[in-house]
Amino acid sequence: MQPAIRINEVRKCYGTLQALDGVCLEIMPGEIFGLLGPNGAGKTTLISVVAGLARADSGSIEVMGADVIVEYRRARRMLGVVPQELVFDPFFSVRETLEIQSGYFGIRKNGAWIDEILHNLDLTSKADDNMRSLSGGMKRRVLVAQAMVHKPPVIVLDEPTAGVDVELRQSLWKFMRSLNREGHTIVLTTHYLEEAELLCNRIGMLKAGKVVALDSTKNLLENFSGLYLKLRVDCTELPADESFHVVSRDVDLFTLRLEDFQQLERVLAGLRRAGVAIREFELQPPDLEEVFVRIMNRH
Amino acid sequence: MTIFLTLLHKEFLRFWKVAFQTVAAPILTSILYLVIFSNALDSRVVIYENVSYGAFLVPGLVMMSVLQNAFANSSSSIIQSKVTGNIVFMLLPPISYIEFFGAYVLASVARGLTVGSGVFLATVWFVDLQISAPLWAVAFAILGSANLGALGLIAGIWAEKFDQLAAFQNFVILPLTFLSGVFYSLKSLPPVWQTLSHFNPFFYVIDGFRFGFFGASDAAPAVSLAVVGTSFVVLSAATLLLLKSGYKLRH
Ligand SMILES: Nc1ncnc2c1ncn2[C@@H]1O[C@H](COP(=O)(O)OP(=O)(O)OP(=O)(O)O)[C@@H](O)[C@H]1O
Ligand SMILES: [Mg+2]
Repeated sequence: MQPAIRINEVRKCYGTLQALDGVCLEIMPGEIFGLLGPNGAGKTTLISVVAGLARADSGSIEVMGADVIVEYRRARRMLGVVPQELVFDPFFSVRETLEIQSGYFGIRKNGAWIDEILHNLDLTSKADDNMRSLSGGMKRRVLVAQAMVHKPPVIVLDEPTAGVDVELRQSLWKFMRSLNREGHTIVLTTHYLEEAELLCNRIGMLKAGKVVALDSTKNLLENFSGLYLKLRVDCTELPADESFHVVSRDVDLFTLRLEDFQQLERVLAGLRRAGVAIREFELQPPDLEEVFVRIMNRH
Repeated sequence: MTIFLTLLHKEFLRFWKVAFQTVAAPILTSILYLVIFSNALDSRVVIYENVSYGAFLVPGLVMMSVLQNAFANSSSSIIQSKVTGNIVFMLLPPISYIEFFGAYVLASVARGLTVGSGVFLATVWFVDLQISAPLWAVAFAILGSANLGALGLIAGIWAEKFDQLAAFQNFVILPLTFLSGVFYSLKSLPPVWQTLSHFNPFFYVIDGFRFGFFGASDAAPAVSLAVVGTSFVVLSAATLLLLKSGYKLRH
């Protein structure tokens, strides 16, 4: 199958700073792909070279098989991008903004689809308001709407939920999922790792312009993060046992790392043998934040 | 075609929505120029037989507004989009550099001609003005504004901040328009300045435009038209190259 986005050995530097250092990435149609990385890792730069906002120094990029330089017109029609910065044109209303954006993609009468997008993003009541008068979250929604006017098969959202309230965040998630169900490929960056864990079926992590992890969310969680067991006990020492990996303690509250559920049995048996009574017990499933921190520290 | 027309429409709306600033204000400025200069100088300056200084001044003022507003339109549109960041909305879609160039220049021409017509209609009542060759006048107005539209595009692309653009406007556009014969005829200048003026492309625009009114000019209108036409070809080529390379627009 042809990838929705193929990024091949892409390098990009700003002065002496290597913002992208040989990035290779393939995103398949139908995926919700999460691009993660600390501030300055190169996520926005990568999106910019995919969108043609910046030019790679070397390497090649295709969107739905169209090279972003050679066949830029076709590539750009395939792509909808929600920029990270909250930008808008203060001269126009929400509807004018969307009509103009449709025209830029060669679509003349787009009223019905614009109404539908406005409805889905809960913007209908703001349609005739000037962009200047909208709140930050509203402007963010309009940015999402602008990326959708031409029904692109691939949608890239650069931190769509930054500075967005809980309600909008959930409606954006719902919107992205429904787009994905309709066949759109979704790529998003976010610093909220629980959001990535919830939405993305595959994740790529960038650090200093390099891909340092690339796998399905499920595999990442299984390979990198064990179970965490939080225990409050009636003594200040746990029995010496090789199956106990204490990662942190706070007086009588111990956090243990378990490789799997079998190990839980061994830990409980060990406690019973030593006559330690359990006061509180909490088992934490693997989470992406832990995976992220471990991968970033390793590289 | 839709892409080009949308871009053009957007550029029209952009100045038309704030017509008070972009159209009415320059018209008022020109009326002030006319009232002040023609009152101060009318009896002392005679340029062509049977043409009062005020009548001589009107075409110059019209053309000056055409040029300055054509420049202001494309340059301020680009720099505003760059500074506010909303230029991404034009960089993400499949707009070709030729469509981009065409729409910005045409919108500049439209703004230049709108303001120019306004200035003409507002000032023509004050003087006794003949129009002997209107087609020449229209041709110079269109070509002149197209030149400045392209130059505005170059300046807007080059400038990173508003003050850089203002510097371009104050140190390049303003001196070249003021020294091009808006307020005087070259014949009234010392020979050195006359020669120097012939290197100022703005001179040919205004001189050719004036020919459309009085049927007389400092340079032959065909020569002026050739200079202004060539200048447009050169500026267009330069602008298209900049746009194609993505200079300062795409990192
Ligand atoms: N136009 C530019 N000029 C110079 N340096 C730049 C430019 N754009 C980005 N950089 C640098 O490139 C690096 C990557 O930046 P980028 O914006 O891609 O990071 P990011 O992963 O999107 O970070 P964040 O999570 O903060 O958005 C940073 O060190 C940044 O300073
Ligand atoms: Mg970023």
